[in-house]
Amino acid sequence: MHGISPQQFAETVSSFLVPFYVALAAMNGIAALLMWKKFGPVTYFRVFGVPITNALVWTFVALGFMVLASMCAGANMNMMPQMPQSFRDAVNERTGPVIYTLGTTALLIILFVFRAWFVRPAVAWTIWNLMLLFLGLSMPDSNFFSIVAKPDNVPIVALVFLLAFFTWLATYRAVENDRRMDAGEPPLEKLDDEKVLVWPDLVYIEMICMIALTALLIFWAVWLQAPLEEPASSVKTPNPSKAPWYFLGLQEMLVYYDPWMAGVVLPSLIVVGLMAIPYIDFNKQGNGYYTIKQRKFAYIMFQLGFLELWVTLIVLGTLLRGPNWNFFGPYEFWDAHKVEALNNVNLSDYFWQWWLGKSLPAVPQLQPIIDYTPTWISSWLQPILQFVGILLTRELPGTLLLLGYFIALPPMMALTVFRKFYQRMGFIRYMVMANLLLFMASLPIKMVLRWSFNLKYLIAIPEYFFNF
Amino acid sequence: MPGLGEIITESQIWKSIFRHPMPVDRRNRIVVMLTNFFLHLHPVSIKKQGIALSYTWCMGGVTFFLFLVETVTGVLLMFYYRPTLEWAYNDILALRDIYSLGIMREIHRWGAHAMVITVWLHMYRVFLTGSYKPPREFNWVIGVILLLLTLLLSFTGYLLPWDQLAVWAITVGSNMARATPILGHEGPGHQLLTLGYPMITSGSDARFALLGARNVGEETLNRFYILHCIAIPLGVSLLLAIHFWRVRKDGGISGPL
Repeated sequence: MHGISPQQFAETVSSFLVPFYVALAAMNGIAALLMWKKFGPVTYFRVFGVPITNALVWTFVALGFMVLASMCAGANMNMMPQMPQSFRDAVNERTGPVIYTLGTTALLIILFVFRAWFVRPAVAWTIWNLMLLFLGLSMPDSNFFSIVAKPDNVPIVALVFLLAFFTWLATYRAVENDRRMDAGEPPLEKLDDEKVLVWPDLVYIEMICMIALTALLIFWAVWLQAPLEEPASSVKTPNPSKAPWYFLGLQEMLVYYDPWMAGVVLPSLIVVGLMAIPYIDFNKQGNGYYTIKQRKFAYIMFQLGFLELWVTLIVLGTLLRGPNWNFFGPYEFWDAHKVEALNNVNLSDYFWQWWLGKSLPAVPQLQPIIDYTPTWISSWLQPILQFVGILLTRELPGTLLLLGYFIALPPMMALTVFRKFYQRMGFIRYMVMANLLLFMASLPIKMVLRWSFNLKYLIAIPEYFFNF
Repeated sequence: MPGLGEIITESQIWKSIFRHPMPVDRRNRIVVMLTNFFLHLHPVSIKKQGIALSYTWCMGGVTFFLFLVETVTGVLLMFYYRPTLEWAYNDILALRDIYSLGIMREIHRWGAHAMVITVWLHMYRVFLTGSYKPPREFNWVIGVILLLLTLLLSFTGYLLPWDQLAVWAITVGSNMARATPILGHEGPGHQLLTLGYPMITSGSDARFALLGARNVGEETLNRFYILHCIAIPLGVSLLLAIHFWRVRKDGGISGPL
């Protein structure tokens, strides 16, 4: 932390961690109580005849959190439980955009494939506790704390935990529904078919929700002051300059795309694509209940787009991108002088110079056309012709690749992997879906190309602001 | 002698406001839903699973409630805030340090963040239960527009404190607009709009339309203030009304057939 003394920092961390650990202890204590009284305890094994039940285990976890809370209470950094320095150094050293992106992708795939195991309450509860423990143990690190506890970053931390919880809840019900429907039973949602009156059953839920939310907002507002920095100055550019957190996935895409793609075309396509979902999803099953098996393709594509390409990029852009948009590990100091070698090469450079050993073809000259046409025609005809000329000469490799990707690939997929889709969707719906998918897939493809070949642009025509 | 409560509820004033007796029996619990303006958004009865929190997560309702909170706190903040270079920052400072109800700003800001998150969670739930499928396709489309408007509400509000955080976040965000194809002065194809001289310049492109100037300045503050306090909330209100109406008309909350 900058601008405050180590002792003040210790007190700040302590004032967060003590209620945090006490809340975790209460959470586990209540869970243990419910297991003991309501669900009936499950005995794992016996030690000298004493049954070790799940309620007992989580009671001990609750006691453990109380111990952690008391260790934080003295605002003494040496007493405070924290991640070992060697672990923090290792994490800082090893992580980068590649590890981060591949790691989260691998994690999501593992969670998806073994979902039947991960959604089991005991497993999910353990993971939930470990996530919270990770947060608690990392907070005493001043670099971690200054990023995570930044007032405007608190919503993202909340978002990560909320998404973890709700994804578990949805997957838990989907797994259960899939099992039930495999056995010929109706989904869980079908069981509560009887009708109840909205007054009192719904309006009371709504009222309790409103009161709870009001309380939460007031508590949040008292606990955390809204940020207010120095007055605006057009000459003092902060480093890093960041958009609001919900747009940081788009800002992160600027690493791989030019602004016209990352800032305009792709966001527009996200909106259009979301709107198109009900019209391209022809699957009649899975309407009104949680299921994965009955709509696997739609499910995987949505989770890939939402959890991986939207949320993890936001987390990356907010928490792990520091000055000059360099990557910083979670425990790393945001050093504005950190230098990262950027040596990105365009496809046309690779093709003409590196592969063929020639210089780049010159921009085609169009002087005759300009000379023999009236100015009002040539003033807009000339840029078009020159642009097409560059596309077909200097940027020919990229042009061919992109034509193949967007023009040739959809029909080829219609004949092979998407054969059944194409038959059921018809030409227009299929083409819309295929192109949306290809645009979405272009992001991970460009990421991999960047990481493995330092490839900057497939088509680079900076003369006309057209870089792809 | 009737008690005070009875005197009140039997009075002509009370009866003229609430057009039904207390909803304590089945008949009046139905009547209350049909005769009360605020309650008539709801159906009279509903399937039990349709109100189960494990199914609905209550996120749509929470989002709507947060919109109401933002409206109320926003109106209160408007009493104290003047969108000019001279006053904007100082008014926020005063809200923080002087005015007794300055905490409204905290509630407004955290409520705004929360609203973005709850919209996402609401859409997440609607997707995972396949609730956008027929006959609810168009309501999903309206929902996507509402998502966009929520983000724009939050984005335009971000500028108003006029501190470094605000101005540079909006600068970074709106810089994208100058790369708009054809309509941005650094976007591909802007050379096509020409009449012998370029029509799209930094003084006439999409970014200029958004900011009202070449840079984030006083014109931008005024423009974002009006968008934030009037234009977008009006649009959201209209679309919310349609969104709720369509929920009812499309068969109420989704569930297995």
